[in-house]
Amino acid sequence: MDDAADHEPRTLLDKIWDRHRILAREDGQDLLFIDRHFIHDVTAPAFEILRARGLKPHAPTRTFGTADHYVPTHSRDMSAVNHPERRTMIEALTRDAGEAGIEMFGLGDPRQGIVHVVGPEQGLSLPGMTIVCADSHTSTHGAFGALAFGIGATEVGHVLATQSLWQRKPQWMRVLIEGRLPEGVAAKDVVLALIAKIGVAGAAGHAIEYAGSTIAALSMEGRLTICNMTIEAGGRAGVIAPDETTFAYLAGRPHAPQGADWDRAVAQWRGLHSDPGAVFSREVVLDASAIAPMVTWGTTPEDASPIDGRVPDPASAATAERREAMGRALAYMGLSPGTALEEVAIDRVFIGSCTNGRIEDLRAAAAVVHGRQVAAGVEAWVVPGSGLVRAQAEAEGLDKVFVRAGFEWRFAGCSMCLSTNGDTVAPGERCASTSNRNFVGRQGPGARTHLMSPAMAAAAAVTGRLSDVRRLMAKG
Amino acid sequence: MERFDRLEAVALPIAQVNCDTDQIIPARYLQKPRSDDFGNYLFADSRLGRDGMPAPELPFNQQAYASAKIVVAERNFGCGSSREHAVWALYDYGMRAVIAPSFGDIFASNSLKNGLLPIVLPEDVVTGLLTGLLAHPGASVAVDLPAQTVTLPDGASHAFAIDPFAKHCLVNGIDELGYTLGLAGEIAAFEQSYEASGRQDG
Repeated sequence: MDDAADHEPRTLLDKIWDRHRILAREDGQDLLFIDRHFIHDVTAPAFEILRARGLKPHAPTRTFGTADHYVPTHSRDMSAVNHPERRTMIEALTRDAGEAGIEMFGLGDPRQGIVHVVGPEQGLSLPGMTIVCADSHTSTHGAFGALAFGIGATEVGHVLATQSLWQRKPQWMRVLIEGRLPEGVAAKDVVLALIAKIGVAGAAGHAIEYAGSTIAALSMEGRLTICNMTIEAGGRAGVIAPDETTFAYLAGRPHAPQGADWDRAVAQWRGLHSDPGAVFSREVVLDASAIAPMVTWGTTPEDASPIDGRVPDPASAATAERREAMGRALAYMGLSPGTALEEVAIDRVFIGSCTNGRIEDLRAAAAVVHGRQVAAGVEAWVVPGSGLVRAQAEAEGLDKVFVRAGFEWRFAGCSMCLSTNGDTVAPGERCASTSNRNFVGRQGPGARTHLMSPAMAAAAAVTGRLSDVRRLMAKG
Repeated sequence: MERFDRLEAVALPIAQVNCDTDQIIPARYLQKPRSDDFGNYLFADSRLGRDGMPAPELPFNQQAYASAKIVVAERNFGCGSSREHAVWALYDYGMRAVIAPSFGDIFASNSLKNGLLPIVLPEDVVTGLLTGLLAHPGASVAVDLPAQTVTLPDGASHAFAIDPFAKHCLVNGIDELGYTLGLAGEIAAFEQSYEASGRQDG
């Protein structure tokens, strides 16, 4: 879509990059113009950087804020934020956004939610854009055919002050996923299978373009889940070329173009794809029909196995380094080699997060929960990704399905994905979680996290152990 | 930003692949103000054992490494979350360089902007260095940023690569924002033509 006369076939990355390059520096870094900047309640240090230099945000109308990391999920009342430092973080966002004239979805706003759910929902994340946020899961927004990546606090200050960022163009990797997903297998299983295959540094230094018939058949929600977890493979950005599914999702969203602008936009967006013959530095192929529901058993997202498998034996590891890492992971997770994964009992269930807190995720979980009860001794939560997801779920009666089964139906926020707001898993407790990281201490000191899809987390909730959702589906 | 040119200091080994930023600084410390000493939160969960007492087997709790200013780590150090607090924790603790075979991309970028030098050396060199440090706690490593070399305790010297501009900023103690602000005219001109194009593809 760039005007430059260039007859070489270009990748989607080339097209977005060229369109946003302000300057090229002789060390190989380019100054990129940033279309969209999302801020949240961990952004306060960046505003301090600006204040210390007497600077103001350069393009406040390109910036949008929402409170997600520190908000309580049992109440919408600021008085429920019972920790002064957490309250300070939310108040700092409200003040900084207010002073700068940045539109903000605060605690009392029905549109409030996790930044990576809210951006897409509001039509703020559009094809061809450059999108940044001080959060590694900014890769999520690439599902619209945007170049979206996480940045640090100093870079946030740089973007606020200049609406630009110095970047070296990443290498371009294509992940081709072909075939029909089996029953009970979701986007989360696809991306966990990918990370298990290429490793948590498998895409380091690369941006990934996801393509193939499986991706084409996925909903926007499923695509967002896959792009979200790109960072768990070490890739900063994951991108999917926009198509009819993308346009249908965006049409009529509050910040999407309207009327004649919409028609013109869609015509331009149709050119946002890698040209035939474009060169990728690497290609990985996955057969979707061979993917089973996945769960993690260790402390990195690559420690994932099909649910019908067993806890692996470190003795079978290919290298001494891997053997040592596996041994340490199993000790932390309290698991013994050879145990059937379906025998592992759980204490907590967390359905939510920027990975799996969207309406389709809640529908998938509710379909499994319907007519069943949360197992005795299990504490199960649903934390919708945004206020609008929560309202939609309530309109569909999903909240009643969850509450009747014994789930807690909570308000939107990052919640137990990283526990910054105080929603924690207790030391030694085991949590079936739809979030994105099973790192040591991620859900609280000593907490043991098993990552899985929403349907699999629902299956774990009603059986009290890691369970193959396909069996529950067969029972109806 | 503090200037960085040459440094000879005790190197502290973190012999663990994929050491993520949640371990370097657990998320519950992200709410602390930058005026805090983030060194107190560095590896907060693993520095203390289950009993709440310092875990003696950890290099951070050993006297031999008390003056360490260099971390030597395994592959993919600093992967995961984009939290710059991970860099602040290492920096406030006293670290000025991290040597590893590879880094999480965002961590490496954050490091360069805070006076913490990420140095990539070949995996076999780092593995050998880690073995040597574990065998001889308190051994020193010398880093020469202008010359782009690292000299190991055994005297072997290894070259490393760094973006010339990042090097310029570190050696002179300047930050990128000041440089970019000087390009305000170019940015404004771009913005004007970009917005005038009225295009919707970004």
